[in-house]
Amino acid sequence: MSPDKMVHMANQIAAFFNSQPGGGAAEKVAGHLNDFWEPRMRAQLIAYIGEGGAGLDALVLAAADHLNAPAA
Amino acid sequence: MKDLIIPWDEHDKGTPARTGAPVTLTIDGFEVTVPEGTSVMRAAAEAGIDVPKLCATDTLEAFGSCRLCVVEIDGRKGTPSSCTTPVVPGMVVHTQSEKVRRIRRGVMELYISDHPLDCLTCAANGDCELQDMAGVVGLRDVRYATGESHFEQFGPSGGNPLWAPKDESNPYFTYDPAKCIVCSRCVRACEEIQGTFALTIEGRGFDSRVSPGAGFDDFLTSDCVSCGACVQACPTATLQENSMIALGTPMRSVVTTCAYCGVGCSFKAELNGDTLVRMVPHKAGKANRGHSCVKGRFAWGYANHSDRILSPMIRGSIDEPWREVSWDEALSYAAKRLQDIQAEHGRRSIGVITSSRCTNEETFLVQKLARAVFLNNNTDTCARVCHSPTGYGLGQTFGTSAGTQDFDSVALADVVIVMGANPTDAHPVFASRLKKRLRAGAKLIVIDPRKIDLVKSNHIKATHHLALRPGTNVAVITALAHVIVTEGLADEAFIAARCEGDSFADYAAFVSDPRHSPEAVEALTGVPADEMRAAARTFAKGGNGAIYYGLGVTEHSQGSTTVMGIANLAMLTGNIGRPGVGVNPLRGQNNVQGSCDMGSFPQELPGYRHVKNADVRAIFEQLWGVEIDPEPGLRINNMLDAAVDGSFKGIYIQGEDILQSDPDTRHVAAGLAAMDCVIVHDLFLNETANYAHVFLPGSTFLEKDGTFTNAERRINMVREVMKPKAGMADWQVTQALANAMGADWAYTHPREIMAEIAATTPSFAGVSYDLIDRLGSVQWPCNEAHPEGTPTMHVDGFVRGKGRFIVTEYLATDEKTGPRFPLLLTMGRILSQYNVGAQTRRTDNNVWHEEDMLEIHPVDAEDRGVTDGDWVRLASRSGETTLRAKVTQRVSPGVVYTTFHHPETQANVVTTDFSDWATNCPEYKVTAVQVAPSNGTSDWQERYAAQAARSRRIEAAE
Repeated sequence: MSPDKMVHMANQIAAFFNSQPGGGAAEKVAGHLNDFWEPRMRAQLIAYIGEGGAGLDALVLAAADHLNAPAA
Repeated sequence: MKDLIIPWDEHDKGTPARTGAPVTLTIDGFEVTVPEGTSVMRAAAEAGIDVPKLCATDTLEAFGSCRLCVVEIDGRKGTPSSCTTPVVPGMVVHTQSEKVRRIRRGVMELYISDHPLDCLTCAANGDCELQDMAGVVGLRDVRYATGESHFEQFGPSGGNPLWAPKDESNPYFTYDPAKCIVCSRCVRACEEIQGTFALTIEGRGFDSRVSPGAGFDDFLTSDCVSCGACVQACPTATLQENSMIALGTPMRSVVTTCAYCGVGCSFKAELNGDTLVRMVPHKAGKANRGHSCVKGRFAWGYANHSDRILSPMIRGSIDEPWREVSWDEALSYAAKRLQDIQAEHGRRSIGVITSSRCTNEETFLVQKLARAVFLNNNTDTCARVCHSPTGYGLGQTFGTSAGTQDFDSVALADVVIVMGANPTDAHPVFASRLKKRLRAGAKLIVIDPRKIDLVKSNHIKATHHLALRPGTNVAVITALAHVIVTEGLADEAFIAARCEGDSFADYAAFVSDPRHSPEAVEALTGVPADEMRAAARTFAKGGNGAIYYGLGVTEHSQGSTTVMGIANLAMLTGNIGRPGVGVNPLRGQNNVQGSCDMGSFPQELPGYRHVKNADVRAIFEQLWGVEIDPEPGLRINNMLDAAVDGSFKGIYIQGEDILQSDPDTRHVAAGLAAMDCVIVHDLFLNETANYAHVFLPGSTFLEKDGTFTNAERRINMVREVMKPKAGMADWQVTQALANAMGADWAYTHPREIMAEIAATTPSFAGVSYDLIDRLGSVQWPCNEAHPEGTPTMHVDGFVRGKGRFIVTEYLATDEKTGPRFPLLLTMGRILSQYNVGAQTRRTDNNVWHEEDMLEIHPVDAEDRGVTDGDWVRLASRSGETTLRAKVTQRVSPGVVYTTFHHPETQANVVTTDFSDWATNCPEYKVTAVQVAPSNGTSDWQERYAAQAARSRRIEAAE
């Protein structure tokens, strides 16, 4: 997946959870990614965040700590 | 031959059933009790006494024109017609007396005096009510000398001006005026059942004739939608299926389920031997109640089309021609290639796409192939590109992913919202049921950028049409909720009892914000604020409110958010949990609901249970003896991305044509081209097969046993009407592929697969073939709590407990118009074609729609120098194609519209890879485009056609 597309998709998820009341948005974003993103997609995202995560919504960056590192 | 005939009560009782207080009367000395409002004719039929009739049938209201059903009633003068006379307590009826017998014979004699006596060579021979009734009344001779008639082509003095030739304009049925007895059943069926009003009776008295529309119309040019209701209603050979004229009267009949849209109509397949003569809508079918549309009724010729591939084929690379091989060779070749890929690139480098056109049992096996044989969760289905947001949105709010009602429910609705759906084209039989309710007074709110037929057509008119700008669904839904909450129209008692208090408080505060008012969003949505307010009030205050929606809701960047908004709206107005209300996704394909239920999604095991849950995995691990991957798999679009990246190399695609149906064709093609093994399992060499290495011939719905689950969650039986033409049904092929890869599956019949589904999936726990055979169909959940299924969901509480309101913030899509691409393209379907057209394009349905057209508003057309019928170039950021323009005010200025039924157009070349935030459902409904005049097909189209032709070459057999 191109980095642009990945960033766009992740930011879309962040935008939804940004709009939700009740706090815990970072956990919710991570929860969504853990539930719906296949391991190699999450691995790509985690690696991208590791390189600085250019263009990612702050909430996606905040979600990084809660992402399950993909098991092999 | 296997006994396939199911004993339904098909007895025509003459007039429709009524409900009411019991009334007891005496007919021919027998006492009978029927509901108030029942006709004497029906009461007699209930008592086992059939009164002769011609113009009466229990699918239509009584008409009283034929006078054959006259009876005598003690204390009443004359001989009233039994079809139009309601029962009265204590009534004493005589259906046979010398007087009525004489009248009936006289009536019949008059009918026959203007009817040809060619019974033996007539297409309706043996299937003609006129013939039957002539026998019943004992007609022995006709005293009237030949005089004026409608059936003799030549009179004594040459030509007969009353005679009219057959109308053979419709490809599927013939109208022969010579056989017509002017009972008006066809006209009434067109009105009452179909709701099109295409037919009328012109002239008076002896001159009366059935006429399709105006004098210059024939059946094809009239408003007729070829649903077949008139043919079904005709008691003679006047309106007759051409297939029956050609093939003769069918001798056997099998009840099965249509394989087109998500309505899931029940049909009787009528055959001689294994030759299908006609498909007739099944009266006892609970989805369609005896109605049909042009696709299910007539467009089954693809099953015998010469394009069908009946031998497995393989090739080393996609540049080579296909080579026909045995099943064994094809399957072992496919298995080896998949195993080699996994050995080289890892367990997760291959996957499957299940088919929403195949049965539940077949779908279950394909996802099982991924999970238990490939040992990954790389399974997805076409619902990814249609209703995956429904799954997510309704799951989050209500707790389960399904429509809440049955189709019968619409008869009790008072206000109906139809949003992003075009039922008269895409779900025609449901549309007829809806229109019937609208004609009886229910109100309609259409939320759609286009002026769809429901907005205004014969005898129906939407109370409100909110013609929103594509992409602003969430803003509209939130504004409707704003009006309901701020004007105090919410159903507070329902909310307090049934929904989460906290989530409602958050939601109410959110929608009450003035920035969500109709006035504030008017400029954005294009919907006038007063119209929006009026629509909200109509819905909230109008009684039973039902919402039906389609892909115009889901196929957006905010598809899931809109689904949640719809669920919010239903809860807000207390419209959940009883007949006449509810949230109803109109599913596109016949088994989209079923394929989702069966665990086709990469994150969910059957029954919508996430693969991360160890307890759910354990159920399947124990049964299958494998370890199930706890990580979600790739969705279709993710598979294609991974293929381009080089980490996804092989795919087994059953009954799905992703190259034509999925967005951004060039990206799909690049993904497929990057794979080492593409296995296409289909009826035809579809577009995707251009990139395939293995082709496995599929079986049509007529060639296998199984079940389909329609949009009402109704599990309907699909029965093997004829043997699979390629030797194996699809479930057998998947099993053989699994076994070639080392599995040891040993299913001998799909009923065993259903037993496995029931054993592993709580909502299907009570489902079995025996149960479905006994009940005709069953709506899940079907388990100990609901042994005969669940017509209405969330009756006492939501599946998740309390209903959850979710804040629905509008976020503009990133697909924006600008100077280069100033128009918004939205896409849809048409009545006569189905999805990618693989089936319907191979039938005579092409007479109604032989190419995709671009609908464009006159203002936009004029700006570009485009006139009706011109070739135009349609370009977006993704690509361009050409097609012909249709200048129409059905679309608003700034919006253009087309369909995706024809591969020559490849409308998906222009759609983008933007998708729903939660589910990656593609944003088909919004693409920024430019339209310009063109001389003809684009270079890309020509290259594509050449490549397709090259890749379809089949090496001559040795």
